[in-house]
Amino acid sequence: MKYSSQMVAKPYFIFALMLLAGEIIFGLTMSIQYIYGDFVFPAIPFNVLRMVHVNLLIVLLLFGFMGSTYYLIPEEAERELWSPLLAKITFWIFLIAGVATILGYLFVPYAELAKLTMNDLWPTMGREFLEQPTITKIGIVVVVLSYLLNVTMTVIKGRKTTISIILLTGLFGLAFFFLFAFYVPDNLVMDKFFWWFVVHLWVEATWELILGALLAFVLVKLTGVDREHIDKWLYLIIAMTLIAGLAGTGHHFFFMGAPGYWLWIGSIASAAEPIPFFLMILFAYNMIKNRRIQDDNKMALTWAKGTAVVGFLGAGVWGFMHTLAPINYYTHGTQLTAAHGHLSFFGAYVMIVFTMISYAMPILRGRPHGNCAKAQKVELASFWLMVIGMIGLTLALTVAGVMQIEMQRMPDSAHALAFMEAQAKITPVYIVRSLFGVMTFLGLLTYFYSFFVKDDKKVA
Amino acid sequence: MSERITKDMARNIYFGGGIFAILIFVGLAFDSAHQIPKLSHSENITKSVVAGKKIWENNDCVGCHTLLGEGAYYAPELGNVFQRLGSSDETTFKAYMQGWMAAQPLDTPDRRKMPQFHLTPEQVNDLADFLIWTSKVNTQQWPPNIQG
Repeated sequence: MKYSSQMVAKPYFIFALMLLAGEIIFGLTMSIQYIYGDFVFPAIPFNVLRMVHVNLLIVLLLFGFMGSTYYLIPEEAERELWSPLLAKITFWIFLIAGVATILGYLFVPYAELAKLTMNDLWPTMGREFLEQPTITKIGIVVVVLSYLLNVTMTVIKGRKTTISIILLTGLFGLAFFFLFAFYVPDNLVMDKFFWWFVVHLWVEATWELILGALLAFVLVKLTGVDREHIDKWLYLIIAMTLIAGLAGTGHHFFFMGAPGYWLWIGSIASAAEPIPFFLMILFAYNMIKNRRIQDDNKMALTWAKGTAVVGFLGAGVWGFMHTLAPINYYTHGTQLTAAHGHLSFFGAYVMIVFTMISYAMPILRGRPHGNCAKAQKVELASFWLMVIGMIGLTLALTVAGVMQIEMQRMPDSAHALAFMEAQAKITPVYIVRSLFGVMTFLGLLTYFYSFFVKDDKKVA
Repeated sequence: MSERITKDMARNIYFGGGIFAILIFVGLAFDSAHQIPKLSHSENITKSVVAGKKIWENNDCVGCHTLLGEGAYYAPELGNVFQRLGSSDETTFKAYMQGWMAAQPLDTPDRRKMPQFHLTPEQVNDLADFLIWTSKVNTQQWPPNIQG
């Protein structure tokens, strides 16, 4: 570790991992409720489980991005963080706000929570992924602004690199588009239209800039390849991200009341959305092939390759599968959407956070050459358990989606099965999904265990 | 490919392509925001429809159901529930909604459960009006059939 203020990243990483454990536990609980509707009902109804599941995901990724930034920025700027104290304070504010919100979801009926937090004053609740009470949303804005201030000041006062500028661009985009969360018009279609400005323009635009910058940073550090070369790749990747991803928002505007031209524009633009992810695979493998140094932290490289490949599979391949309007007409809002959502979030975003943690944590823990070989072996096992678990559950959801489409969507109105009848027939597939979910969770536990594995030789 | 492209060229593609993409997107978004009120029959949004939307949000209905295909996939699509369970008739649909909301949760072992939300008859009426308005949005002929 070159700068002592990089240390503030550590609690962010640890808390992100704890939230991931929570996210998976709630996911598993939901998957059991899919099979046994009475499981934990009425104590925790499905919608509450789901809002905890997805909100934990968003918050853990924000913690992961923040930790990654606090580690990366001092090294890129070649100076200490502008205010390590501010970073510590925002950590605790964000943690307390996050935990309080989750506890609110779990212990107060949602309509009561809306009343308690005076949602009527400025209603923003009850929309997918943006379930947080308005006061929590304001808290998120405050936390993100103070984080941006801290990072921006550090960059302004220090060395400016392509990586740090692109990371900042992504972060400012993240902050800007979140503001649409505060706009809730009475017209449902307008509401949905601008809701996607948060959701799509986060995950399929601004976050990809963050992902690209973090991946480039780890590759610079681990391969020793010339920055000129790495920066060039990064520019190409994010150029394609914006060119395809912005108009690609149109693939959400097909059937929710927006004008018909989105059927064409959304299909064409989003058909190009796999390109930046494919470039990321070429990028990672090319840089590793041409590496000039051999770093002992092999796992960080494994995660870097993994996030490129699984990100491409989840976002690129599984996204492309149903992004063309004539196909989406049948797949829209089925389990196929869930399949794509799971593998893309895991591959692109959870795995880049793992990449950063696996690269940075050993250094933050005083192991500049990475964890010992034995710990890396355990970590490799956890890598495969999680990756296979997530691909397995994605395949299961894909089968579920295809069955649902065949039974419920394809036949005419006289012959189509009702939603609940079709779901009953899919139950065996949901059991398989749960089992792969358990495998993913075991993978995460194995990952946790790898933190505590010590080298035999040194102990003896 | 990577040998022929320099870093400067890549940066120009990023700035040029990025700004082009932003302009196109912003232009289309303005046009859509202009057209949506007409396409969705904004003029039919009554006080009751607005109140119904609030009830929909305050109870996080989207955490189980989809509405125009968006939401969770645990419970049926409700964008066309007016046609499916109300036969496109207001009186029939509202009577159905009152009965259905009062009967939750159904006493069928291990069936997926809908919680009891303790809505007043007026609130159920508002919710029904909101779903009726939604069912008339121009969705490019989606969903493919009545099952949603």
